[in-house]
Amino acid sequence: MTGRSTLKTVPLAMVPPATPATTPTIGAQWLYVSTGALLGIVFVKSEVLSWYRIQEMFRFQSAYMYLVIASAVAVAALSVQLLRWLGRRTSDGEILAIPAKEMTPRGARYWLGGTLFGLGWGLLGACPGPIFALIGAGVTSMSVALLSALAGTWLYGALQSRLPQ
Amino acid sequence: MNLLREPWPWYIAGPLIGLMVPLLLLIGGKPFGISSSLRHLCAATIPSGIPFFEYDWKREGGWNLLFALGIVIGGLIATSVLVPHGFAVAISPATQRDLRSLGLHDLSGLVPRELFGWPALASGRGWLTLGVGGFLVGFGSRWAGGCTSGHAISGLATLQVPSMIAVLAFFAGGLLMTHVIMPWLL
Repeated sequence: MTGRSTLKTVPLAMVPPATPATTPTIGAQWLYVSTGALLGIVFVKSEVLSWYRIQEMFRFQSAYMYLVIASAVAVAALSVQLLRWLGRRTSDGEILAIPAKEMTPRGARYWLGGTLFGLGWGLLGACPGPIFALIGAGVTSMSVALLSALAGTWLYGALQSRLPQ
Repeated sequence: MNLLREPWPWYIAGPLIGLMVPLLLLIGGKPFGISSSLRHLCAATIPSGIPFFEYDWKREGGWNLLFALGIVIGGLIATSVLVPHGFAVAISPATQRDLRSLGLHDLSGLVPRELFGWPALASGRGWLTLGVGGFLVGFGSRWAGGCTSGHAISGLATLQVPSMIAVLAFFAGGLLMTHVIMPWLL
């Protein structure tokens, strides 16, 4: 079986590989930290971590955030296509792809969980990435938001079997 | 244009955020998503026998926690070196007017001091913003299986229907908060 012919059958998003995740090597560990640092810098320099920008977005008073999100999605989509087209694989031979999000019967978890997340996003003006970046940026009270988010995550874990999925 | 001191325009910021997806795939086949780090932090600190937190968090989520640590470091670097002192986010005059009518007087910095300063935690609205807002972000993102990075960037870029539903719900929740609940809350 040639690489080219298997590629055609690979869907855009794939089910995660069955092979267990491995602990990153020291080199890869530094790359994850550096990539995160680049994202943190972008969050600050583009002001997308700002509560003001999120308010401006939800009030439809500037196209800025919409243009940021749209161009990010476009670049991500083109990159994933390019990687697929080049047939790039991990060292384990898995094709590089974003794992598929599993569709549930009525998609309940996506719209219910999504709405709760949106209510929090509107109020706090920050999603998890910006929470981390703001702590680094010296908005130390965001550590309270991080602890609250951990409490929310923990409660979800405790209630998971009782919530509609 | 002085890119080091000036804010970056959308056509630089957006593509750089989008590039996170191929970068993480190339480094170790990892999907771009940040809210999972909250699950890994819970698994690392307070598992308490809950099945959702019973897994090898170092193996599954070690990379994600390093990535989150990097974001903290990036925020620190950017504000110490790349942001002029006493800067204000240049939001539109209409937004400034709306926020003033919510009772916010000081619109300087990255976030309003009247909601995010430590003294604000003693007030009802400061506590609501950080405590309730943070809680909903944590609970909602785990229930929905992702946040703005995992669903809005990674998920939309790969045309996944669950992510489209989630992103519509993110916006519905945000609009409801901004236009209906917040005027009554703050």
